[in-house]
Formats: sequence, structure tokens, C-alpha cells
Amino acid sequence: MTTTPVSSTLTSSQAMPPRVPGRPPLRIGRRCSGVWRPRSMLVAALGLTATVLAMAVNIGRGEYPISVLEVLGVLVGGGEETGRFIVLELRLPRSLTGALVGAAFGISGAITQAITRNALASPDIIGINAGASAAAVTVIVLGGTYGAVSGFVSVVGVPVAALGGGLLTATLIYLLAYRKGIEGYRLVLIGIGVQAVLMSLVSWLLIVASVTDATRAVVWLNGSLNARGWEHVVPVSLALLVLVPAALLLVFVLGALQFGDDTALGLGVRINGARTALLLVAVGLASVAVASAGPISFVALVAPQLAVRLVGASRPPLLASATVGAALTVTADLIARTAFGATELPVGIVTAVLGAPFLLYLLARRNREVRV
Amino acid sequence: MRTTSELDAEASSVNGEVRLKAEQVRLAYGDLVVTDGLDFKVLGGSITAVIGPNGCGKSTLLRALGRLMKTSSGQVLLDGKRIDRMPTRDVAKVLGVLPQSPIAPEGLTVADLVSRGRHPHQAWYRQWSSSDQDAVAEALSWTGMFELAERPVDQLSGGQKQRAWISMALAQGTDLLLLDEPTTFLDLAHQIDTLDLVERLHSETGRTVVMVLHDLNLAARYAQRLVAMRDGAIVASGTPSEVLTEQLLSDVFDLDARVMPDPVAGTPLVVPIGGRHRHAPDPVLPASDPP
Repeated sequence: MTTTPVSSTLTSSQAMPPRVPGRPPLRIGRRCSGVWRPRSMLVAALGLTATVLAMAVNIGRGEYPISVLEVLGVLVGGGEETGRFIVLELRLPRSLTGALVGAAFGISGAITQAITRNALASPDIIGINAGASAAAVTVIVLGGTYGAVSGFVSVVGVPVAALGGGLLTATLIYLLAYRKGIEGYRLVLIGIGVQAVLMSLVSWLLIVASVTDATRAVVWLNGSLNARGWEHVVPVSLALLVLVPAALLLVFVLGALQFGDDTALGLGVRINGARTALLLVAVGLASVAVASAGPISFVALVAPQLAVRLVGASRPPLLASATVGAALTVTADLIARTAFGATELPVGIVTAVLGAPFLLYLLARRNREVRV
Repeated sequence: MRTTSELDAEASSVNGEVRLKAEQVRLAYGDLVVTDGLDFKVLGGSITAVIGPNGCGKSTLLRALGRLMKTSSGQVLLDGKRIDRMPTRDVAKVLGVLPQSPIAPEGLTVADLVSRGRHPHQAWYRQWSSSDQDAVAEALSWTGMFELAERPVDQLSGGQKQRAWISMALAQGTDLLLLDEPTTFLDLAHQIDTLDLVERLHSETGRTVVMVLHDLNLAARYAQRLVAMRDGAIVASGTPSEVLTEQLLSDVFDLDARVMPDPVAGTPLVVPIGGRHRHAPDPVLPASDPP
């Protein structure tokens, strides 16, 4: 071990090593700076590429097949009229909704997992998605007339209900789990309990609902991208436009919140305010995603965990979690649509089949400190 | 090795002004009152060790001094200002706190951990300025952790981990440091290693340190001022030889012990008697060589 003589105030930097290993600086202008993390950027870029490719393949499949190159041609502004109509009007909204929803789930999970220092604490496991679903199903069942949820109720009612339900559930779980701070496993266990209560509420709603409403609600509850149009793309894009920049601003505090409360307080973080703001963003993202495509399970759990392993970081990176989430969702939709012949499954069934083993793997290594 | 005279020389160079002060504080966890009406002062440029039996409220006091917990009544003053009315970020530029056995997230590298110490100096758009880089590089070199900078903290030994955390506190650049049992879970060699580091922080960088310590002999060695607590009250405070008397050990710790000069440092050395030797007539102790 070497030690360098040090000045009395530890401010002079003469004869000091110029750089800190593993933390090359990234400077923009004189005032802005950050750490250049090429691996994180690479994973985010790969996720984006995979998303675009999966979207192109997904758009190409259907009764009127279109080649991947042709789809990509249309997407950059080329192609002939029939192809343009099919791609842009009929098929793109579905894949785009899938990608946006996947990104929202990815960021949401990355935030909740980092705050609680627990990989299991993603919105789909701790009941936030269930809360949003229960509220949305309530609107579908009690507000719709024989499945014809339309107009104001469909465009505003269901998303707003989902958002409200998600926030309410998150508040409830937080209050129940708070005991001189938030401990990861207590939050997860209470979340699972709340989730069970909410799912029984959903079951009750399905029993009292008309058959048409119930059928519609069940498809929606599995998480489906079927028959998504531009009217589904717009709300989720607007929400992402607001919430993603908010998340990127708040990520600075996330680094300090990863430690225990005392360490974070000692570093000058107003932990309650910071945690509340981050949770609001995470719950908002999850709820909006649920409103658009139903509670597609496991994306919020798996995407950040996949991203953190690919990047090799100490907590899930937001951008990489977003693009990995998008790629996962669109790929799952592609499998759901094409792998089972004429039967098209809801995308949520595929994510559940792929995600459940990952959950078991995380549970199996829970004796060790779970990586977030 | 230091002698008593060096210690005294340092103690006389203490700049003496009150940096941190608790006035009539009442600290409670819910209905459980830990301490009431407590007064406590930290003088600039000193190392103070708080000692006392388990549950005496010493860690609670440290948490209150570091504004990690609110006082039910009374106040904590940092440089004469109420700490709970100062922006917490401003406090973090002056006062560093190292909680007891802190946990780093899995996979976090030493460099990333130490860089978190710069948090109070950063903003969302300024997360790695050249002064951040300098402070972190200097802290890593100073604690001898530069070579281990890219290692994950969870793969370090206990002693190295404690060095990493102290580096973080160092990078924070505060001249006041509160350490809650910095030697817990360390073997004796690493306890000495860590306390030597704390001692260097004080002597080479002029930092004021308050720490909670369990080991009385080490507290006597490394602190110029000892504060003994029992049942939430301060029973004695002063230089180690003023505080560590056989009477006080009996009063505060219910411990029968002999106190003699430490053959190496000359500070008080506590030798517990224990049940087996309690009734022996005048145990024969080897005469210690004069230092």
C-alpha cells in the first residue's frame, strides 16, 4: 500500500494521480460533468437495436407478410402505398405500444429495485400493477356497457383509474411497510399480501360482471397488445415524455439512496423527499403502462436485472433497463403472435412463462444479498 | 509509538472552540426515552471517544449530533447554528457521519463508493467535476486504497472495507467526523490499523473526530478526551487518566478492574479482575517496565 503525503486541508492536488481508476470523466462545457460509462451506453444501444429489429419482424408478420427490409424502408419514410398503410396505420401502433410500455416497466422496476435494494421489489411483484389493474377493471366492469368501453371512459377513465389505483396501492404498501425506514424484504412481503387482496377484488369484479365485460377484462388482465392503435400510443408517449426526464434528473439522488438511510442522510440527502419523488415517477410509469397494455407481468422485474448484469453495475441503469424492457416486450409479443399457429396469445402469458423461472432464480439466491 | 508527552502537546494545540454542542437534548425512539437533559460539547481539533456499556445511549447521542435523528426537545448546535434548521446539504459539507457497519450495495466498486462522498458537492448536471476527481483520488491514495479502486467493496476484507468507508468520509471533505464504532467486527490488528488511520486524519489533516468505541484501552490510547455514559447520562468526561479510574469502571460498567499505566503509551490500561480472581488476596501483578 502506498500513501502520499497530504496537505493539511486535503484540497491541493499537486503530485496527485490525475484520474480515478474506473471513472473516466465526461465533460460538456465547463459546468456539466459526469462519469463516462461506455458499457452502460453500449447495452442501452444494443437494447434499442434489438427493439427496432423485433418491431420490424413483428410488423412484417401477419396475413399480408412484409419483409423486414421493406418494413424498415417504410419506417424511414420509403415504401409503396399499400405497405405504408399496413405498416404505419395497422401494425406499427401495436409494436410501438409494446416498446413504450416495456420501456416504462423497465425504468419503473429499475427505480423501485434500487430504492429498496431488493431485486424482487418491482411493481409487478409488490402489487402496484395489481392496484392499477383492480382500478382499471372496476372502470371496465362498472363503467362499460357490454364490453363497449369507449369514448371518454376508455380514453381518459381507464388510464386515470389505473394511475390512481397504482398510486393508492403504492402509498398503502409504503405506509404498511414503513418502520423507521424501508427494508426490502418487508416491503416485498407486504406487497405480495396487498397484491393477493387486490386480485381477490378483481376476481369478485369478474364474477359480478357481464360475460362480455368479463371476457374483455380477462384478456386485458393478462396484458395484451392486441388491436392497439395510435390512440393507445399517444397517452403512454406523453407520460414517458414527462416521466423519463424526471427519472433522469432524480437518478443523481438514487446513487446516495442506495446506501442505508443513515449514510444517505449523512451525505446530505433529504431522503423522504427524494424517495417519494422517485417512487411517484416509478409508480406513474408502471400505472401508465398498465393502463395502455394491461399488467404485462415480469418485464419490470426482469429487464432491470438483465440490464444490471449486462452492464456490471451496482444498480440497474435506467436507460439500459428501458431499452432492454422494450426489446423483451416486443419479442414476447412476436412469440405470442406467431409461435402457436393460428392461436394468438396475449403477450403477458409469454412474459410470465419466460419471467417465472427468473423469479425462481432470484428467490433461490436470496440468502445472499440480492443485487440491485 | 507515541508517548504521553506527545499526546499532551497535541492536546494543548487544540484550537478549543466549540464546534458541536448538544444543549438539554431529549432523545427518544417512540415512547422509549434514551436520554433527557443531556449536554455535550465537542471542541475543535480534538479526538473525543464516547464510552459506556451497551444500551447506554452513546450511539443515539452520536446519531443526534450528526442530525440522523431528531431531538424530542433541546437542540444540537453546529458552529453555533441549530443543525436541524440548516439545509442538510450544507451540514454535509462540514460534518461527515460514518454509521456503524454500513452496507454497500453488491457490485459497487471502491472508487464508486468513495465518489459518493462527493454527493453534497454535486448536482444532477455536475456529477464528476475535476475537484471531485481530485478529492477522490487524494482520499484513495491517502488511505492506501488507490490500488483497490476498481475492486467491488463486497470482495474486500473487513479492514479494507473500513478503509474504503473512511476514504468516502475523507472525500466528503468535512473537517468534523462522527464515527460510530469504526472497529466493530475487526480483528485486533485491523482495529489498530483503523484507529491509526483516524489518528492520522486528526494529526495530519486537523480533523475533529468524535467516535463511539467499545474497547476502553484503545479509547484511552487514541482519544484526548473520553466521555463515559450510563443510562443516557454522562457520568464523567475529561482526559483518559481523569476518566478511567477503578471507581468509574465500577460505577459505569459494574466492572471490578485494576487500572495501571499502559506500558507502551502510558495511557490508562484497564485490566478486568473477573470472578475467578475476585476473592484472591491481592493478585500479584508483574511490575511494568518504565516506558
